[in-house]
Amino acid sequence: MDSSKLLGITTFIYMFSSVIYLIMFIFRVKKIGLLATVVTIIGLLVNTAGIGMRWLESYQMGIGHAPLSNMYESLVFFSWSIVLLYIVVEFIYKNKVIGAFAVPFAFASMAYASLSPEFSDRITPLVPALQSNWLIAHVFTCFIGYAAFAVACATGIMYLVKLRDKGDQKSLLATLPSLKVIDDITHKIILFGFIWLSAGIISGAVWANSAWGTYWSWDPKETWSLITWFIYASALHARFTRGWGGKRIAWISIIGFLAVVFTYYGVNFLLSGLHSYGAS
Amino acid sequence: MKKGKNSFWEFFASVKLALFCFFTLAIASIVGTIIPQNKSQAFYIQEFGENTAEVFRLLNIPDMYNSWWFVALLSLFSINLIVCSIDRLPTVWKVVAMDNLATKVNRLEKMTPRNRFASAKLLPEVAAEVEQTLKSAGWKPSRREIEGGTLFFAQKTPWVRFGVYIVHLSILVIFAGAIIGTLFGENGSIMVREKSVFSTYFDRHTSEKVPLDFEIRVDDFELTYYETGSPKEYRSDLTVFEGGREVLQKSIVVNDPLDYKGYTFYQASFQAHQDFWLTVQNQNTGARETFLAQPGVEMKWQNAGITFGIINLLQPDQWGRYRLKIWFSDGKGEPSVFWLDGETVVSVERPDAAYAFKSKQVFSTGLQVAKDPGVWPVYIGFTVMLLGLIVAFFLSHKRVWVYLSEESSKTKLLVAGTANKNKTGFENMFEALIEKLEENETLKLSKE
Repeated sequence: MDSSKLLGITTFIYMFSSVIYLIMFIFRVKKIGLLATVVTIIGLLVNTAGIGMRWLESYQMGIGHAPLSNMYESLVFFSWSIVLLYIVVEFIYKNKVIGAFAVPFAFASMAYASLSPEFSDRITPLVPALQSNWLIAHVFTCFIGYAAFAVACATGIMYLVKLRDKGDQKSLLATLPSLKVIDDITHKIILFGFIWLSAGIISGAVWANSAWGTYWSWDPKETWSLITWFIYASALHARFTRGWGGKRIAWISIIGFLAVVFTYYGVNFLLSGLHSYGAS
Repeated sequence: MKKGKNSFWEFFASVKLALFCFFTLAIASIVGTIIPQNKSQAFYIQEFGENTAEVFRLLNIPDMYNSWWFVALLSLFSINLIVCSIDRLPTVWKVVAMDNLATKVNRLEKMTPRNRFASAKLLPEVAAEVEQTLKSAGWKPSRREIEGGTLFFAQKTPWVRFGVYIVHLSILVIFAGAIIGTLFGENGSIMVREKSVFSTYFDRHTSEKVPLDFEIRVDDFELTYYETGSPKEYRSDLTVFEGGREVLQKSIVVNDPLDYKGYTFYQASFQAHQDFWLTVQNQNTGARETFLAQPGVEMKWQNAGITFGIINLLQPDQWGRYRLKIWFSDGKGEPSVFWLDGETVVSVERPDAAYAFKSKQVFSTGLQVAKDPGVWPVYIGFTVMLLGLIVAFFLSHKRVWVYLSEESSKTKLLVAGTANKNKTGFENMFEALIEKLEENETLKLSKE
């Protein structure tokens, strides 16, 4: 069993798991909730094995490096982080409905990695600029942050959906957690993501300084990560002022995630800069 | 007047101004990611037209992150950070340093979580047990006899209330580092040919030559490729000389620069030249000599009576492999003409002797030179920021009180607590304390 097969299977498991969560939510079949969780955990294990295998294979090829070096590998790691984080959230909040909103993000990322013709799943050697111990620290911190913001975006969307709840017990919106709980989850995940994003930007700055002699050069990738940071910083501060209720935070979590996607993906393809490793 | 001053102060201390700064900094930053930075005016005229280019020039868009208005925005942001911190710190300080044993009992009666118990034991005995239990549950209680009874108080990590301000401070420290770097830092680059020495570099902004008080020799530059044709390593072997004396030797690669006297030399780029080091060896006598050869130029090794030259050059392929066609004569018989593939050794049989040829392309290495005394403040700011965020987000100031009072020969207990964050976590901790009190064999508490 090689890594591409394992990661291909992962895509299908995440699709399957998304479908089960959605069926559970839309048709209010509570019973299959456990199945959804089990399938998701299996998906996470296969995903983990796939990443581990790919790491091993790179060493067997004599070009050993952590599988975090290009767009394909980062999308795979992004899915892994989303699912890991979601599972933790599910266990803490004992609520499976969030899965119907969060797991599709992981599936989309995996599907995009495997199906998009732009990204090759070939293991390629590291170019000189990436040959650093900072690679793992930088990519790991950034993507845990990005994954947190993906989950926060999911709960943000959930909040906006829940707003349409008119209190009808038969409505499928009644199965969603209360606005207060969703808002609390979104806020906590943003806090968590904010620390990792900060760590990601910082590790990137330190790395840049050790490779290029400047910790900040207003490269588009850096600038967009800072823009993202500002957006979430405003979410944190807005919570302290009166009048910024859950709805605004929900919107910030969505806008913030769009900024994340642009930082991660858009910059590589639409803007030019130093940080173009991810484009292949 | 006073009111005017207050509203001025309040404006700079406000969260609204912070939100305004985040928003405008974010929007403004986008401009510089879309419009290429630091290009020539001609570039902007060609790309955007004369009029737009002129507007760009007036607004400093071509170098917007260093423009007066962007720096002004950053300054406004810094003032906001400073004023808001000064504005709020006294209040926070009061909470941290406050005398919690002066808390009124009627406030405890409204706190959540809280529990009420009664014990048949006398107050002094209950007090001793409660103190012991608090200690065994990891609290450090203080005690005061107050009107109507005895009050115990204990708290954990009151200083975490400063967490937010630690983060604010860290941003200011990073800014300070950045300013130090701008004022006292140096940055530039230099392109140096192999086997030559440099003691200057070109400033990034002024393009002027800046002298170094030491010399560096580039001994070698090596460019290697993976089988796939992508670059594997750019390496420069450098030797530092001070007053003609060799002091340091280091091979630098992209992620591993040379540090010397506050300067850092980074492997940044390279340039391949159209000349080659040709090493010729007489394999019978062992005599050898290295020549710097250019295509089309005849070379002579006088002592050996040899004439040779590069008569053709095939440019490097994707693996950096070039080919040289060599013409070679030792004056005896027909000259030899053969190909040298990259750096491989080729042996040529002549009537009198065999000769070995080896070539090596000449490169220049591009070095980035930087000196930034502001890096350490910035790194300290980074560390403090991460620690501050963890403190601000995940640690909470936890407080518990136990109030004991005597009523009709019984001792009543009121246990109350509060935390400024993570209420659920605190409730679990509080519950653990309650359980310890309930399990106490001496107290024999009954719920009220």
